[in-house]
Amino acid sequence: MRNLAAIYWKEMRSYFGSPIAYVMAAVFLFFTGYIFQNLVFEFHQMSRYYSQDVVSADRGGVNANDVIITDFYSLQFFVWLIVTPMLTMRLYAEEQRQGTFELLMTSPVTIFQVLMGKFLACFSLYAIIEFGALSLLWVLSVYANVEWGPILSAQLAVLLLGATFISVGIFASSVTENQIVAVVISFFLLLLLWFIDWSSRFVDPLWAGILRYLSILAHMEDMNRGVIDTIDVAFFVSLTGFFLFLTHTLIESRRWRV
Amino acid sequence: MIEVEHLTKRYGSLTAVKDISFTVDKGEIVGFLGPNGAGKTTTMRVLTCFLSATEGSARVAGFDIFDQPLEVKKRIGYLPEAPPIYRDMRVRTYLEFVANIKGVPKGERQKRTDMVMERTGLTERTRQEISQLSKGYRQRVGLAQAIIHDPEVIILDEPTSGLDPNQTREVRTLIEELAEDRTVILSTHILPEVSVSCSRVIIINNGEISAVDTPANLSQKMKGNERVYVEAKPGQADTASTISAIPGVQNVEVAEDAHTQNDAFYVDAPVEEEIRPQIVSALVTEGVELLEIRREEMSLEDIFVELTTEEVEGADA
Repeated sequence: MRNLAAIYWKEMRSYFGSPIAYVMAAVFLFFTGYIFQNLVFEFHQMSRYYSQDVVSADRGGVNANDVIITDFYSLQFFVWLIVTPMLTMRLYAEEQRQGTFELLMTSPVTIFQVLMGKFLACFSLYAIIEFGALSLLWVLSVYANVEWGPILSAQLAVLLLGATFISVGIFASSVTENQIVAVVISFFLLLLLWFIDWSSRFVDPLWAGILRYLSILAHMEDMNRGVIDTIDVAFFVSLTGFFLFLTHTLIESRRWRV
Repeated sequence: MIEVEHLTKRYGSLTAVKDISFTVDKGEIVGFLGPNGAGKTTTMRVLTCFLSATEGSARVAGFDIFDQPLEVKKRIGYLPEAPPIYRDMRVRTYLEFVANIKGVPKGERQKRTDMVMERTGLTERTRQEISQLSKGYRQRVGLAQAIIHDPEVIILDEPTSGLDPNQTREVRTLIEELAEDRTVILSTHILPEVSVSCSRVIIINNGEISAVDTPANLSQKMKGNERVYVEAKPGQADTASTISAIPGVQNVEVAEDAHTQNDAFYVDAPVEEEIRPQIVSALVTEGVELLEIRREEMSLEDIFVELTTEEVEGADA
């Protein structure tokens, strides 16, 4: 546990001691802010339009959750898709490039402790940045009626999504000592997991089911609607576990190969 | 302290280390000597549990490197060829981090860090970022990180490579100081380094050990023949044939590398025959004006070249 904490704090210091954390937070918050602002404007226009319509006015007008919050979280998927690989790219690649990987591997720490330390550090940074986005909804809640239930469900989805993206990114970072290559591999895998269910319409039902199951976006949309399904949670958790396991195996096998 | 038995490491079809065995006792400084690509780094990486071996076994400080790697890692301080430093960290932060992952208890971390910084002369640089340090200072940081947990065994891979002569001397002195009662293995392809600081030399070439001995013994053994340098004033007497006539002299050749106006020769004779007094008396009898006579010390460099080129020829055959 102490070893894990040592790696964790080393990574946190590295994130916040360099511009990475701040630049990535700024990029993410700029785009989520922009998305949020436009969604609010859209909501405003819509409610003006519907308030003249007697029927929907009777029903209590348009719902802020439906218009703003669902879309707000769905669109975050794309921003995170671009930002996360840049948070993970250096985690292993840089250690391998500057030779500190050898220090870690010849110290009395296990591969698992290093891996989890890095994973949790990156996840913490992710959560901190995401918390900034959540504050926008707090502002919204002052002026509109929002239901916190679906928000929490969507928030959980985004955090699970983050864990998955990070595990994919860490895997990509562990296969190379070049950060650019790591980013490209991350993008490749993440885009693949996004698009993968498209071809499900053209293959036989068994494969279609598998491809649909692998689509990250589909699982996230479910949770955005406020439904916490164990299948969705299990999907994210198992995919994260799978990529972390893959990374662990790869690093372990490197002892035998090179 | 270190026992290596029949260690073999293959990378695919390439055999980097072939069936090597050696032991290193407590308190020894052993030099790994060999040309680049001889298998020095591979052997060190196996001993530090960074790589696995294909065959064979090794024990470090009483622990098997395959069965108890964590115990071995606790007891080894390792400086790879490039110091494993985080450029964006400050010296102190870095050393405290290493102390932490090497298992130094929290209460002692500060103290140990202060101590190693003092020993490696880094006290002035505590707050500096490692990226701003010169190469010599980075090497010191590398050494500091290798001894921070007070390991029983220190393994240094080319600790002086790429340093200027002054830095090299500093690092060498530092290693000797650090050695004290610890066991040190250092690799190098710079010969004076081993003769200066090592109690024993393991010459490794093409993944095989070609010699293990003390630097002095090695020169002794390798000679077999003694070589004597003789310089005399040119005169009527035929110095060369006079020397050749002495019983026991095997060969007399003109010393072309002596760069002198005088007659200069290398005389070879078996070590057992102390040939020098005989040469002196023979030349004096002939009336030759003897200017200089001395035993040629075969340098480690010669031994190294001899041993390693022999091996290469053997491998080609």
